[in-house]
Amino acid sequence: MADRFDDATQKELQAFLDREQAQARVQQSIHTFTSMCWDKCITGTPSTRFSRGEESCLVNCVDRFLDTSLFIVKKIESQRQGA
Amino acid sequence: MSSIFGGSGSIPSDTSSSKDLNARKEAVMSSVRNELALANAQELINKTNDKCYAKCVTKPSTSLSSSEETCLSRCFDRYMEAFNIVSRTYTARLAKERLEGQL
Repeated sequence: MADRFDDATQKELQAFLDREQAQARVQQSIHTFTSMCWDKCITGTPSTRFSRGEESCLVNCVDRFLDTSLFIVKKIESQRQGA
Repeated sequence: MSSIFGGSGSIPSDTSSSKDLNARKEAVMSSVRNELALANAQELINKTNDKCYAKCVTKPSTSLSSSEETCLSRCFDRYMEAFNIVSRTYTARLAKERLEGQL
């Protein structure tokens, strides 16, 4: 027989699900970034290790993408204020 | 499987011990964690399959050659490494932005 969880437990489970969902969104972003940055940075045949250039390209790729995102948001905000 | 919060019509019985409730709660949590871990692994497998097929098997023939297999094996390792680098970079950035209250 399936008893209902009490209120406190439901609240706890809801908080747990919110946390897991946030974590899943981060994971999904990591998949997207890895795919995008792999295409941008790894142009040759895969070897036994990354070159320094490839590794720093991956790091820069993620950071610059996020910079771009912040830049776009700021630009839209300033245009809204200017209008 | 029934709703994860249990049937909406049933009355909490005072015979069910808190230990039993806790066990059911833990079961729900661990099944959610397992589902997410599985989805994550599947996504990673699909992505490596796509990326490494594109890189290593440029002219499909009747079977995989040994050089294609070597390439696939290295590609797989490198994709995992790239995933970890991206993961570290992104989580570090998230932590930094949260501190500065931007993202």
